Amino acid sequence: MNNNSLVSIFDYSKEEVIEVLKLASEFEKNPNQDLLNGKVVASLFFEPSTRTRLSFETAIQRLGGRIIGFSDASSSSVKKGETLKDTIKMVDNYADLIVMRHPIEGSARYASEVANIPVINAGDGANQHPTQTMLDLYTIYQTQGTLENLDITLVGDLKYGRTVHSLIMALSRFNPTFHFVAPKELEMPAGYKVYLEEKGIAYTEHLEMEEVIDNTDILYMTRVQRERFADPLEYEKVKDVYVLCNSMLDNTKDNLRILHPLPRVNEISVDVDENPKAYYFQQALNGVYARQAIICKSLNLKK
Amino acid sequence: MVKDKELQVSAIENGTVIDHIPDNQLFKVIHVLGLQNIDNLITFGRGYKSSRDGKKGIIKIENKFLDDADVNKLALVAPSAKINIIKDFEVIEKKCVQVPDSIVGIVKCVNPMCITNQEHVTTKFAVVDKENLSLKCHYCEKITDNENIRIVE
Ligand SMILES: [Zn+2]
Repeated sequence: MNNNSLVSIFDYSKEEVIEVLKLASEFEKNPNQDLLNGKVVASLFFEPSTRTRLSFETAIQRLGGRIIGFSDASSSSVKKGETLKDTIKMVDNYADLIVMRHPIEGSARYASEVANIPVINAGDGANQHPTQTMLDLYTIYQTQGTLENLDITLVGDLKYGRTVHSLIMALSRFNPTFHFVAPKELEMPAGYKVYLEEKGIAYTEHLEMEEVIDNTDILYMTRVQRERFADPLEYEKVKDVYVLCNSMLDNTKDNLRILHPLPRVNEISVDVDENPKAYYFQQALNGVYARQAIICKSLNLKK
Repeated sequence: MVKDKELQVSAIENGTVIDHIPDNQLFKVIHVLGLQNIDNLITFGRGYKSSRDGKKGIIKIENKFLDDADVNKLALVAPSAKINIIKDFEVIEKKCVQVPDSIVGIVKCVNPMCITNQEHVTTKFAVVDKENLSLKCHYCEKITDNENIRIVE
Protein backbone atom coordinates (compact mmCIF):
# COMPACT_ATOMS: atom_id res chain seq x y z
CA MET A 1 0.00 0.00 0.00
CA ASN A 2 1.45 3.32 -1.10
CA ASN A 3 -0.30 6.60 -0.42
CA ASN A 4 1.18 8.34 -3.43
CA SER A 5 -1.00 6.41 -5.84
CA LEU A 6 -3.52 8.17 -8.08
CA VAL A 7 -6.55 5.95 -8.63
CA SER A 8 -9.42 8.42 -8.59
CA ILE A 9 -9.41 12.19 -9.04
CA PHE A 10 -10.63 12.55 -5.45
CA ASP A 11 -7.40 11.01 -4.20
CA TYR A 12 -6.10 14.55 -4.69
CA SER A 13 -7.24 17.37 -2.45
CA LYS A 14 -8.13 20.65 -4.13
CA GLU A 15 -4.68 21.98 -3.13
CA GLU A 16 -2.96 18.96 -4.66
CA VAL A 17 -4.87 19.46 -7.90
CA ILE A 18 -3.56 23.04 -8.09
CA GLU A 19 -0.04 21.91 -7.14
CA VAL A 20 0.00 19.36 -9.99
CA LEU A 21 -1.40 21.88 -12.49
CA LYS A 22 1.36 24.35 -11.58
CA LEU A 23 3.94 21.62 -11.98
CA ALA A 24 2.45 20.73 -15.38
CA SER A 25 2.90 24.31 -16.52
CA GLU A 26 6.60 24.05 -15.65
CA PHE A 27 6.89 20.97 -17.83
CA GLU A 28 5.13 22.83 -20.61
CA LYS A 29 7.87 25.49 -20.49
CA ASN A 30 10.64 22.94 -20.17
CA PRO A 31 9.52 19.39 -21.08
CA ASN A 32 12.89 17.62 -20.99
CA GLN A 33 14.03 17.20 -17.40
CA ASP A 34 16.08 14.28 -16.19
CA LEU A 35 14.09 13.72 -13.01
CA LEU A 36 13.44 10.03 -13.63
CA ASN A 37 17.09 9.25 -14.32
CA GLY A 38 17.85 5.77 -12.98
CA LYS A 39 14.18 4.97 -12.41
CA VAL A 40 12.14 2.19 -13.99
CA VAL A 41 8.44 2.67 -14.71
CA ALA A 42 6.21 -0.32 -15.41
CA SER A 43 3.63 0.44 -18.09
CA LEU A 44 1.03 -2.32 -17.77
CA PHE A 45 -1.71 -2.13 -20.40
CA PHE A 46 -3.99 -5.10 -19.82
CA GLU A 47 -6.10 -3.74 -22.64
CA PRO A 48 -4.78 -1.73 -25.56
CA SER A 49 -5.11 2.07 -25.52
CA THR A 50 -2.57 3.50 -27.89
CA ARG A 51 -3.43 7.14 -27.20
CA THR A 52 -3.08 6.94 -23.42
CA ARG A 53 -0.05 4.65 -23.54
CA LEU A 54 1.90 6.89 -25.95
CA SER A 55 1.11 9.92 -23.84
CA PHE A 56 2.40 8.22 -20.68
CA GLU A 57 5.44 6.77 -22.37
CA THR A 58 6.32 10.15 -23.86
CA ALA A 59 6.02 11.69 -20.39
CA ILE A 60 8.35 9.02 -18.96
CA GLN A 61 10.88 9.38 -21.79
CA ARG A 62 10.97 13.16 -21.48
CA LEU A 63 11.75 12.71 -17.79
CA GLY A 64 14.62 10.37 -18.64
CA GLY A 65 13.02 7.24 -17.15
CA ARG A 66 13.09 3.68 -18.45
CA ILE A 67 10.03 1.64 -19.29
CA ILE A 68 9.18 -2.03 -18.84
CA GLY A 69 5.80 -3.60 -19.46
CA PHE A 70 3.34 -4.63 -22.14
CA SER A 71 0.81 -2.94 -24.38
CA ASP A 72 -1.74 -5.71 -24.58
CA ALA A 73 -2.51 -8.53 -22.13
CA SER A 74 -2.54 -11.13 -24.90
CA SER A 75 1.25 -10.94 -25.07
CA SER A 76 1.74 -11.35 -21.32
CA SER A 77 1.50 -14.02 -18.67
CA VAL A 78 -1.92 -12.67 -17.79
CA LYS A 79 -3.30 -14.64 -20.66
CA LYS A 80 -2.02 -17.80 -19.03
CA GLY A 81 -4.32 -17.11 -16.10
CA GLU A 82 -2.02 -15.27 -13.72
CA THR A 83 -4.01 -13.18 -11.27
CA LEU A 84 -3.70 -9.41 -11.19
CA LYS A 85 -2.33 -9.72 -7.66
CA ASP A 86 0.53 -11.96 -8.77
CA THR A 87 1.40 -9.76 -11.74
CA ILE A 88 1.48 -6.67 -9.53
CA LYS A 89 3.55 -8.45 -6.85
CA MET A 90 6.11 -9.41 -9.48
CA VAL A 91 6.33 -5.95 -11.04
CA ASP A 92 6.44 -4.35 -7.58
CA ASN A 93 9.86 -5.94 -7.14
CA TYR A 94 11.25 -4.56 -10.38
CA ALA A 95 9.95 -1.04 -10.85
CA ASP A 96 9.65 2.30 -9.02
CA LEU A 97 6.18 3.15 -10.32
CA ILE A 98 3.30 1.36 -12.03
CA VAL A 99 1.11 2.90 -14.73
CA MET A 100 -1.81 0.56 -15.27
CA ARG A 101 -4.78 0.27 -17.60
CA HIS A 102 -7.15 -2.61 -17.00
CA PRO A 103 -10.68 -3.47 -18.20
CA ILE A 104 -11.94 -4.51 -14.75
CA GLU A 105 -13.47 -1.82 -12.55
CA GLY A 106 -11.71 -1.33 -9.23
CA SER A 107 -8.58 -3.10 -10.47
CA ALA A 108 -6.46 0.02 -9.99
CA ARG A 109 -7.54 0.52 -6.37
CA TYR A 110 -6.81 -3.13 -5.71
CA ALA A 111 -3.40 -2.92 -7.40
CA SER A 112 -2.56 0.15 -5.29
CA GLU A 113 -3.27 -1.91 -2.17
CA VAL A 114 -1.21 -4.89 -3.33
CA ALA A 115 1.82 -2.84 -4.45
CA ASN A 116 4.36 -1.08 -2.26
CA ILE A 117 5.24 1.34 -5.05
CA PRO A 118 2.75 3.97 -6.30
CA VAL A 119 0.17 3.04 -8.92
CA ILE A 120 -1.21 5.53 -11.43
CA ASN A 121 -4.56 4.52 -12.89
CA ALA A 122 -4.60 4.90 -16.67
CA GLY A 123 -8.22 3.75 -16.82
CA ASP A 124 -10.01 0.91 -15.00
CA GLY A 125 -12.90 -0.12 -17.22
CA ALA A 126 -15.87 2.23 -16.98
CA ASN A 127 -14.74 3.49 -13.58
CA GLN A 128 -11.96 6.10 -13.34
CA HIS A 129 -9.42 7.74 -15.63
CA PRO A 130 -7.95 10.48 -13.42
CA THR A 131 -5.05 11.48 -15.68
CA GLN A 132 -7.56 12.34 -18.43
CA THR A 133 -9.40 14.50 -15.90
CA MET A 134 -6.15 16.18 -14.84
CA LEU A 135 -5.24 16.98 -18.44
CA ASP A 136 -8.71 18.44 -18.98
CA LEU A 137 -8.32 20.53 -15.84
CA TYR A 138 -4.87 21.62 -16.91
CA THR A 139 -6.15 22.71 -20.31
CA ILE A 140 -8.95 24.72 -18.73
CA TYR A 141 -6.56 26.27 -16.21
CA GLN A 142 -4.01 27.07 -18.91
CA THR A 143 -6.51 28.68 -21.31
CA GLN A 144 -8.57 30.58 -18.74
CA GLY A 145 -5.88 31.35 -16.18
CA THR A 146 -8.05 29.90 -13.40
CA LEU A 147 -10.43 27.07 -12.58
CA GLU A 148 -12.69 29.25 -10.43
CA ASN A 149 -16.15 30.54 -11.43
CA LEU A 150 -16.09 29.37 -15.05
CA ASP A 151 -19.05 28.83 -17.38
CA ILE A 152 -18.68 25.35 -18.85
CA THR A 153 -20.81 23.71 -21.55
CA LEU A 154 -20.68 19.96 -22.11
CA VAL A 155 -22.14 18.59 -25.32
CA GLY A 156 -23.03 15.13 -26.63
CA ASP A 157 -23.08 11.85 -24.74
CA LEU A 158 -23.49 12.95 -21.15
CA LYS A 159 -25.01 9.66 -20.03
CA TYR A 160 -22.23 7.15 -20.65
CA GLY A 161 -19.24 9.49 -20.91
CA ARG A 162 -16.89 8.64 -18.05
CA THR A 163 -14.75 11.62 -19.02
CA VAL A 164 -17.51 14.18 -18.54
CA HIS A 165 -18.66 12.66 -15.26
CA SER A 166 -15.15 12.81 -13.76
CA LEU A 167 -14.69 16.32 -15.09
CA ILE A 168 -17.87 17.73 -13.54
CA MET A 169 -17.05 16.07 -10.22
CA ALA A 170 -13.54 17.53 -10.30
CA LEU A 171 -14.73 21.00 -11.35
CA SER A 172 -17.43 21.04 -8.69
CA ARG A 173 -14.75 22.16 -6.23
CA PHE A 174 -14.27 25.41 -8.19
CA ASN A 175 -17.75 26.97 -8.24
CA PRO A 176 -18.57 26.46 -11.93
CA THR A 177 -21.81 27.01 -13.85
CA PHE A 178 -22.59 24.05 -16.10
CA HIS A 179 -24.71 23.74 -19.22
CA PHE A 180 -25.53 20.21 -20.33
CA VAL A 181 -26.44 19.83 -23.99
CA ALA A 182 -27.58 16.34 -24.97
CA PRO A 183 -30.38 14.41 -26.65
CA LYS A 184 -32.96 12.98 -24.25
CA GLU A 185 -31.49 9.49 -24.62
CA LEU A 186 -28.05 10.66 -23.50
CA GLU A 187 -28.81 13.25 -20.85
CA MET A 188 -26.80 13.66 -17.65
CA PRO A 189 -27.77 10.90 -15.16
CA ALA A 190 -29.89 12.01 -12.21
CA GLY A 191 -27.22 10.99 -9.68
CA TYR A 192 -24.80 13.64 -10.93
CA LYS A 193 -27.47 16.33 -10.98
CA VAL A 194 -28.41 15.52 -7.39
CA TYR A 195 -24.72 15.77 -6.49
CA LEU A 196 -24.48 19.25 -8.03
CA GLU A 197 -27.68 20.40 -6.35
CA GLU A 198 -26.38 19.25 -2.97
CA LYS A 199 -23.22 21.26 -3.58
CA GLY A 200 -25.23 24.30 -4.67
CA ILE A 201 -23.74 24.32 -8.16
CA ALA A 202 -25.84 25.90 -10.92
CA TYR A 203 -26.57 23.93 -14.08
CA THR A 204 -28.98 24.15 -17.00
CA GLU A 205 -30.03 21.53 -19.54
CA HIS A 206 -30.55 22.08 -23.26
CA LEU A 207 -31.28 20.16 -26.43
CA GLU A 208 -29.28 22.51 -28.68
CA MET A 209 -25.93 24.15 -28.05
CA GLU A 210 -26.82 27.44 -29.79
CA GLU A 211 -28.83 28.30 -26.70
CA VAL A 212 -25.70 28.60 -24.54
CA ILE A 213 -22.42 28.78 -26.44
CA ASP A 214 -22.31 32.57 -26.84
CA ASN A 215 -21.77 33.05 -23.11
CA THR A 216 -19.61 30.09 -22.25
CA ASP A 217 -15.88 29.89 -21.45
CA ILE A 218 -15.31 26.22 -22.24
CA LEU A 219 -17.14 24.12 -24.81
CA TYR A 220 -16.42 20.45 -24.11
CA MET A 221 -17.53 18.28 -27.05
CA THR A 222 -17.95 14.47 -26.93
CA ARG A 223 -18.91 11.78 -29.41
CA VAL A 224 -22.52 10.80 -29.93
CA GLN A 225 -22.26 7.14 -30.87
CA ARG A 226 -24.83 5.27 -32.90
CA GLU A 227 -24.49 2.19 -30.64
CA ARG A 228 -25.89 4.13 -27.70
CA PHE A 229 -29.34 4.40 -29.30
CA ALA A 230 -31.88 1.60 -29.01
CA ASP A 231 -33.72 3.05 -32.00
CA PRO A 232 -31.50 3.90 -35.01
CA LEU A 233 -34.10 6.43 -36.16
CA GLU A 234 -33.57 8.42 -32.98
CA TYR A 235 -29.86 8.57 -33.77
CA GLU A 236 -30.53 9.80 -37.31
CA LYS A 237 -32.79 12.52 -35.90
CA VAL A 238 -30.23 13.96 -33.49
CA LYS A 239 -26.82 13.21 -34.98
CA ASP A 240 -26.42 16.54 -36.77
CA VAL A 241 -27.72 18.58 -33.85
CA TYR A 242 -24.53 17.88 -31.91
CA VAL A 243 -22.08 18.82 -34.64
CA LEU A 244 -20.11 22.03 -34.14
CA CYS A 245 -19.21 24.05 -37.23
CA ASN A 246 -17.19 27.25 -37.54
CA SER A 247 -20.10 29.59 -38.31
CA MET A 248 -21.63 28.80 -34.93
CA LEU A 249 -18.65 30.42 -33.22
CA ASP A 250 -19.13 33.94 -34.64
CA ASN A 251 -20.67 35.50 -31.53
CA THR A 252 -18.84 33.49 -28.90
CA LYS A 253 -16.54 35.00 -26.28
CA ASP A 254 -12.89 35.66 -27.15
CA ASN A 255 -11.67 33.45 -24.33
CA LEU A 256 -13.84 30.50 -25.41
CA ARG A 257 -11.87 27.33 -26.02
CA ILE A 258 -13.23 24.14 -27.58
CA LEU A 259 -12.09 20.87 -26.03
CA HIS A 260 -12.65 17.25 -27.01
CA PRO A 261 -11.10 14.11 -25.46
CA LEU A 262 -10.41 12.72 -28.99
CA PRO A 263 -10.67 10.77 -31.15
CA ARG A 264 -13.46 12.70 -32.80
CA VAL A 265 -15.73 11.26 -35.46
CA ASN A 266 -17.79 14.05 -37.01
CA GLU A 267 -18.97 16.07 -34.02
CA ILE A 268 -16.52 18.89 -34.76
CA SER A 269 -16.44 19.88 -38.39
CA VAL A 270 -12.89 20.24 -39.82
CA ASP A 271 -13.53 23.92 -40.61
CA VAL A 272 -13.31 24.57 -36.85
CA ASP A 273 -9.73 23.26 -36.67
CA GLU A 274 -8.21 26.51 -37.94
CA ASN A 275 -10.23 28.68 -35.56
CA PRO A 276 -7.99 29.92 -32.71
CA LYS A 277 -10.70 28.83 -30.29
CA ALA A 278 -10.18 25.19 -31.28
CA TYR A 279 -7.96 23.67 -28.62
CA TYR A 280 -8.36 19.89 -28.79
CA PHE A 281 -4.97 19.15 -30.34
CA GLN A 282 -3.13 21.21 -27.72
CA GLN A 283 -5.32 19.47 -25.15
CA ALA A 284 -3.89 16.11 -26.22
CA LEU A 285 -0.34 17.48 -25.91
CA ASN A 286 -1.20 18.78 -22.44
CA GLY A 287 -1.74 15.15 -21.48
CA VAL A 288 2.03 14.67 -21.59
CA TYR A 289 2.70 17.65 -19.27
CA ALA A 290 -0.06 16.65 -16.88
CA ARG A 291 1.26 13.08 -16.74
CA GLN A 292 4.83 14.29 -16.17
CA ALA A 293 3.54 16.27 -13.21
CA ILE A 294 1.50 13.35 -11.84
CA ILE A 295 4.46 10.97 -12.13
CA CYS A 296 6.74 13.41 -10.29
CA LYS A 297 4.18 13.90 -7.54
CA SER A 298 3.79 10.14 -7.09
CA LEU A 299 7.55 9.75 -6.68
CA ASN A 300 8.03 12.97 -4.65
CA LEU A 301 10.52 14.17 -7.25
CA LYS A 302 9.73 17.88 -7.30
CA LYS A 303 9.04 20.42 -4.60
CA MET B 1 -48.96 -11.10 26.80
CA VAL B 2 -46.79 -12.02 29.76
CA LYS B 3 -46.49 -15.51 28.40
CA ASP B 4 -45.33 -14.16 25.09
CA LYS B 5 -42.63 -12.15 26.75
CA GLU B 6 -41.45 -15.17 28.68
CA LEU B 7 -41.18 -17.07 25.47
CA GLN B 8 -38.94 -14.40 23.97
CA VAL B 9 -36.30 -14.04 26.60
CA SER B 10 -36.39 -16.49 29.41
CA ALA B 11 -35.85 -19.89 27.93
CA ILE B 12 -32.06 -19.95 27.80
CA GLU B 13 -29.57 -19.87 30.58
CA ASN B 14 -26.70 -18.07 28.87
CA GLY B 15 -26.55 -16.72 25.37
CA THR B 16 -28.30 -14.38 22.99
CA VAL B 17 -31.88 -13.75 22.02
CA ILE B 18 -32.44 -11.88 18.78
CA ASP B 19 -35.89 -10.37 18.92
CA HIS B 20 -38.01 -8.23 16.59
CA ILE B 21 -36.68 -9.83 13.43
CA PRO B 22 -38.97 -8.95 10.51
CA ASP B 23 -40.98 -12.13 9.99
CA ASN B 24 -39.87 -12.66 6.41
CA GLN B 25 -36.18 -12.14 7.25
CA LEU B 26 -35.87 -14.91 9.84
CA PHE B 27 -34.17 -17.45 7.60
CA LYS B 28 -31.90 -14.79 6.14
CA VAL B 29 -30.72 -13.95 9.65
CA ILE B 30 -30.01 -17.62 10.30
CA HIS B 31 -28.09 -17.76 7.05
CA VAL B 32 -25.97 -14.60 7.45
CA LEU B 33 -25.02 -15.53 10.98
CA GLY B 34 -24.11 -19.03 9.80
CA LEU B 35 -26.25 -20.59 12.53
CA GLN B 36 -26.73 -23.70 10.43
CA ASN B 37 -23.03 -24.41 10.89
CA ILE B 38 -22.65 -24.21 14.67
CA ASP B 39 -23.35 -26.83 17.34
CA ASN B 40 -24.95 -24.52 19.91
CA LEU B 41 -28.47 -25.17 21.07
CA ILE B 42 -30.70 -22.96 18.93
CA THR B 43 -34.45 -22.41 18.96
CA PHE B 44 -36.24 -20.10 16.62
CA GLY B 45 -39.76 -19.21 15.68
CA ARG B 46 -41.68 -16.95 13.39
CA GLY B 47 -45.20 -15.62 13.17
CA TYR B 48 -45.19 -14.24 16.71
CA LYS B 49 -47.57 -11.35 17.12
CA SER B 50 -45.91 -8.08 17.93
CA SER B 51 -47.70 -4.83 18.63
CA ARG B 52 -44.80 -3.00 17.01
CA ASP B 53 -43.96 -5.13 13.98
CA GLY B 54 -47.14 -7.03 13.14
CA LYS B 55 -45.44 -10.37 12.93
CA LYS B 56 -41.90 -11.08 14.00
CA GLY B 57 -39.35 -13.79 14.33
CA ILE B 58 -37.17 -14.70 17.31
CA ILE B 59 -33.93 -16.67 17.55
CA LYS B 60 -32.41 -17.93 20.78
CA ILE B 61 -28.85 -19.19 20.78
CA GLU B 62 -27.40 -20.87 23.82
CA ASN B 63 -23.83 -19.87 24.76
CA LYS B 64 -23.25 -17.57 21.82
CA PHE B 65 -22.56 -13.84 22.01
CA LEU B 66 -22.53 -11.84 18.80
CA ASP B 67 -19.30 -10.15 17.86
CA ASP B 68 -19.09 -6.92 15.84
CA ALA B 69 -18.97 -8.76 12.53
CA ASP B 70 -22.13 -10.66 13.47
CA VAL B 71 -23.90 -7.45 14.45
CA ASN B 72 -22.89 -5.87 11.13
CA LYS B 73 -24.31 -8.85 9.27
CA LEU B 74 -27.51 -8.64 11.25
CA ALA B 75 -27.75 -4.93 10.44
CA LEU B 76 -27.81 -5.76 6.74
CA VAL B 77 -30.80 -8.10 6.85
CA ALA B 78 -32.68 -7.04 10.00
CA PRO B 79 -31.75 -3.51 11.09
CA SER B 80 -34.85 -3.34 13.35
CA ALA B 81 -33.79 -6.40 15.37
CA LYS B 82 -33.06 -6.18 19.10
CA ILE B 83 -30.32 -8.16 20.77
CA ASN B 84 -30.79 -9.43 24.34
CA ILE B 85 -27.80 -10.85 26.15
CA ILE B 86 -28.72 -13.48 28.73
CA LYS B 87 -26.76 -14.59 31.79
CA ASP B 88 -28.27 -16.97 34.35
CA PHE B 89 -31.71 -16.65 32.73
CA GLU B 90 -31.63 -12.88 33.14
CA VAL B 91 -31.43 -10.23 30.44
CA ILE B 92 -28.25 -8.40 31.39
CA GLU B 93 -28.00 -6.19 28.33
CA LYS B 94 -30.23 -5.05 25.47
CA LYS B 95 -28.70 -3.78 22.29
CA CYS B 96 -30.13 -2.20 19.19
CA VAL B 97 -28.63 -3.16 15.89
CA GLN B 98 -26.71 -0.29 14.31
CA VAL B 99 -25.81 -0.02 10.67
CA PRO B 100 -22.03 0.53 10.57
CA ASP B 101 -20.20 3.19 8.50
CA SER B 102 -18.39 0.57 6.50
CA ILE B 103 -18.76 -3.10 5.75
CA VAL B 104 -15.84 -5.43 5.06
CA GLY B 105 -16.56 -8.80 3.51
CA ILE B 106 -20.12 -10.08 4.09
CA VAL B 107 -21.71 -8.46 1.00
CA LYS B 108 -21.07 -9.09 -2.70
CA CYS B 109 -20.67 -6.12 -5.05
CA VAL B 110 -23.58 -5.90 -7.50
CA ASN B 111 -21.28 -4.98 -10.40
CA PRO B 112 -20.21 -8.10 -12.35
CA MET B 113 -17.27 -6.13 -13.82
CA CYS B 114 -15.93 -5.31 -10.34
CA ILE B 115 -12.52 -6.73 -9.40
CA THR B 116 -14.11 -8.31 -6.29
CA ASN B 117 -16.22 -10.50 -8.57
CA GLN B 118 -13.26 -11.39 -10.78
CA GLU B 119 -10.50 -12.19 -8.33
CA HIS B 120 -10.26 -13.31 -4.75
CA VAL B 121 -10.59 -9.85 -3.18
CA THR B 122 -12.40 -9.12 0.09
CA THR B 123 -15.22 -6.67 -0.58
CA LYS B 124 -15.29 -3.33 1.18
CA PHE B 125 -18.14 -0.81 1.18
CA ALA B 126 -18.88 2.61 2.58
CA VAL B 127 -22.47 2.81 3.83
CA VAL B 128 -23.71 5.93 2.02
CA ASP B 129 -27.35 5.67 3.15
CA LYS B 130 -27.99 3.97 6.48
CA GLU B 131 -31.76 4.23 6.34
CA ASN B 132 -32.25 2.63 2.94
CA LEU B 133 -29.00 0.62 3.11
CA SER B 134 -27.05 1.82 0.14
CA LEU B 135 -23.44 0.64 -0.12
CA LYS B 136 -20.66 2.16 -2.23
CA CYS B 137 -17.97 -0.24 -3.36
CA HIS B 138 -14.46 0.78 -2.27
CA TYR B 139 -13.07 -0.69 -5.51
CA CYS B 140 -15.41 -0.08 -8.46
CA GLU B 141 -17.27 2.81 -6.72
CA LYS B 142 -20.67 1.49 -7.85
CA ILE B 143 -23.67 1.50 -5.53
CA THR B 144 -25.14 -1.76 -4.24
CA ASP B 145 -28.62 -0.91 -2.93
CA ASN B 146 -30.84 -2.69 -0.47
CA GLU B 147 -32.63 -4.94 -2.93
CA ASN B 148 -29.35 -6.06 -4.52
CA ILE B 149 -27.56 -6.96 -1.31
CA ARG B 150 -26.29 -10.54 -1.56
CA ILE B 151 -24.31 -12.15 1.19
CA VAL B 152 -20.90 -13.69 0.40
CA GLU B 153 -21.08 -17.48 0.88
ZN1 LIG C 1 -17.44 -3.21 -6.78
